[in-house]
Amino acid sequence: MNRERIVGSAVPRKEGREKVTGQARYLDDMVLPDMLYGATVRSQIPRGRIEKIEFKPGIAWDEFVIVSAKDIPGKNCIALIGDDQPCLASEFVNHPEEPVILLAHRDRYALRKAVDSVSIECKSLPAIFTIEESERCSEIVWGSDNVFKTYRIDKGDVDEVWSKAAYIVEGEYRTGAQEQLYIENNGMIASYDAGKGVTVWGSLQCPYYVHKALMALCSLPAEKVRVVQMETGGAFGGKEEYPSMIAAHAALLAIKSGRPVKMVYDRAEDMAATTKRHPSRTRHRTAVSADGKILSGEIEFTIDGGAYATLSSVVLSRGLIHAGGPYYWPSVRISGKAVATNAPPHGAFRGFGAPQSLFAMERHMDRIARVIGLSPIEIRRRNFLKPGQMTTTEQVVREPIDLEKLLGRALGLSDYHAKRERFARENRTGTTRRGIGIAAFLHGAGFTGSGERYLSSVVGVEGCANGGIRVLVSSTEFGQGTKTVLCQIAAEALGLRYEDVTIAQPDTMQVPNSGPTVASRTVMVVGKLVESAARGIQQTLRAVGLIGDSYSADEFRAACRSYIGEHRQLRSWARYEPPLGIFWDDQKYRGEAYAAYSWAVYIAEVSVDLTTYSVSVKDFVALQEVGKVFHPVLAIGQIAGGVAQGIGFALYEKVIWQKGRMQNNQMTNYIMPTSSDLPPIRVFFEELGNVHGAFGAKGIGELPMDGPAPAILNALEDALRVPFDSIPLLPEDIFEALTAQPSAIESEIASEAR
Amino acid sequence: MIHSSENHVKSEISFTVNGEQRVVRASSMERLLDVLRGQLGLTGAKEGCGEGECGSCSVLMNGSLVNSCLVPVLQAEDANIVTIEGLAQEAQLHALQEAFLECGGAQCGICTPGMILAAAHLLSKKPDPTLEEIREGLSGNLCRCTGYVQIFEAVARAVRRAEIASFS
Repeated sequence: MNRERIVGSAVPRKEGREKVTGQARYLDDMVLPDMLYGATVRSQIPRGRIEKIEFKPGIAWDEFVIVSAKDIPGKNCIALIGDDQPCLASEFVNHPEEPVILLAHRDRYALRKAVDSVSIECKSLPAIFTIEESERCSEIVWGSDNVFKTYRIDKGDVDEVWSKAAYIVEGEYRTGAQEQLYIENNGMIASYDAGKGVTVWGSLQCPYYVHKALMALCSLPAEKVRVVQMETGGAFGGKEEYPSMIAAHAALLAIKSGRPVKMVYDRAEDMAATTKRHPSRTRHRTAVSADGKILSGEIEFTIDGGAYATLSSVVLSRGLIHAGGPYYWPSVRISGKAVATNAPPHGAFRGFGAPQSLFAMERHMDRIARVIGLSPIEIRRRNFLKPGQMTTTEQVVREPIDLEKLLGRALGLSDYHAKRERFARENRTGTTRRGIGIAAFLHGAGFTGSGERYLSSVVGVEGCANGGIRVLVSSTEFGQGTKTVLCQIAAEALGLRYEDVTIAQPDTMQVPNSGPTVASRTVMVVGKLVESAARGIQQTLRAVGLIGDSYSADEFRAACRSYIGEHRQLRSWARYEPPLGIFWDDQKYRGEAYAAYSWAVYIAEVSVDLTTYSVSVKDFVALQEVGKVFHPVLAIGQIAGGVAQGIGFALYEKVIWQKGRMQNNQMTNYIMPTSSDLPPIRVFFEELGNVHGAFGAKGIGELPMDGPAPAILNALEDALRVPFDSIPLLPEDIFEALTAQPSAIESEIASEAR
Repeated sequence: MIHSSENHVKSEISFTVNGEQRVVRASSMERLLDVLRGQLGLTGAKEGCGEGECGSCSVLMNGSLVNSCLVPVLQAEDANIVTIEGLAQEAQLHALQEAFLECGGAQCGICTPGMILAAAHLLSKKPDPTLEEIREGLSGNLCRCTGYVQIFEAVARAVRRAEIASFS
């Protein structure tokens, strides 16, 4: 067999031909006979008690299917981690987009007027909208203290260090909500049959999350709920948990009407009602020695979870573990808190808490550098984690990562030194200011801590009647290349051609639960299981003597056909087993937080027009170590796409809130980068490999979201000599800062240096 | 523009789609996008925003690139329309489709039909565009997956192939 010939090569994307010819089938392309269209009536106020629901005259209400909370056969919740989020509000509403009534009609255009004609009268209750209001507890909107979850990481003795520090550097950093803005809006079709139960087809990331939610809601056994993923037009975390809500609504309408029901959100509803990235506030207080070594620190990381707990505890956990960045902390105390407000629940978005806490860390490193008089390069060099040292959770770094070398290469690729010097010289005159900035960071692959053990994912591989091999996973394709890469792995493991392997469309009737498609886990964790299930097929065929130690692809196919001819089925399953020597303490938040980390250094070059205060990113170098690069084209695509979203996070994408409601829920006024806004994004890899992943894989999907925002704001500080600590940073914010405090840095240095 | 409803008066409207003469019954202000997707089953054009911002519903109408979510179907009377379904010749992909496949120009695929048509439109006006012209030419079509880098590469590759083909 020819080793390593498929993993690492740019094979054609499995579903690529359908996508470039317009033949790929997305949810809204599907129509079922007698199908109705569904719509949602939402609360209009952020918090209150429902007193009366009125169906106004002027609508032929008898033509509509109407569902309220009392039509729910099972439990009125969207089951996830906790069960606090109702499927339909019945007594109280806790945010302005809370679903209350569902309507269905055969004419989709008749629905809009009907939705507007349902009046939900509420007695309004006081509501809260910011982290600070939530902390003040003047109103308790969730639990006994507005706190969904707290975590704490304690490493060493923090308190004894402060008196020995040459410098104590403090900073506060904020990030805003960000909309995932997949171009395909959320949508589902549900059908119901008393014998077969509920079937839903949808645009989604996690078939078994939807499956679990529908079982609880409809009070149905596992075999009476079927979830099928359609081609999914982008997700980025935005189709991790919210699809369960839409599936639940479509299912309730289908059960009540006895007809299939399609619910597709339009852009305005999708942007207003579905999840966004958690807004965050991070406070750093760091003890630093005279020669620029971090001695200790306190980090407080707080996120706004919105009205219900949903995934906030997990987002908090990942944010907390990444809060110390890729640096060595002899001691540190990191405390995290997710708080409730009366906004729609915030949720999963690529990076999942890490982009927030790493933004703070990397801005703070530049602040430390400035305060103690070192360069941004030198401060990082002196504090980088090295193999053998322990992370903030006391995980020993076993990977042979050399961050200094990574940094050195990124500096070279970006021509950092020459540019920095030139910009400093040229910035003295003219109406343009230029700057260059760095961010160094890491991202853990797979579920945090014990997560993968609890998930206990299962993967199947089966032989087909034509002699080919089919991969059976619930891992979904939504652009990242799941289908392609998992087929590459199976082909590589079996010594077959890429064309010999296909992959099933995720359908809970056909595929086992290989876990959700999140957390940069697909290639590393699920891929490893695909490899081992594939080897099981090989063992079976060897055991019966149909193949020997070596074989050609055609011999394998013949063997597979012959085995199936005789035994009807050839299948192999693999279940996740935690790697040996991995230890995690859920209580103390200590141990091996992730089986592997990816590492990166990003460098951004910016220019600011002093007439309009607009910023453009002129060059972007993204250098990372992600283990083995399985597919050079897909890997570059992941990084470049993530960097683009990171640039949007930093400079363009601002959610305007009013009383818990998004005001700019249109593509016209919520601005994501277009092709003319972005710099050349130059992507480079180092490949160290990874013993835990299939063929050396680690995670890649989320990593590129972490670095762009701090690199860009560090570059802006270099350009303007003013520190900005909050994103999104729009031209008006820059204008305000430059006109209000022209010598901000000087005064800050005076106040911080001791 | 109004969305279609069962209650609106409908009339016959004819136009050419992908080289074929078609007659539809629609109310005059019905969106071309809905007619293409609903009545003609041409679901390659996608609705991303419904307000002409994202370009995922792009089609070619009399050689111009239009957002079909903003075109009342009456305006398409007698027009010559090309959708993504009309770009490939039988089994032979268009050079842009090939290049998008090879370069990673399509990830989730939802913007891809519109993006490829926008690229085809650009190349019909400027057969040998600079990178800056490609960036500008595609700026009406949003992609959230790629960061556009590999889309630019795909367009450039299709151009190079066309040049080589015409040279040889």
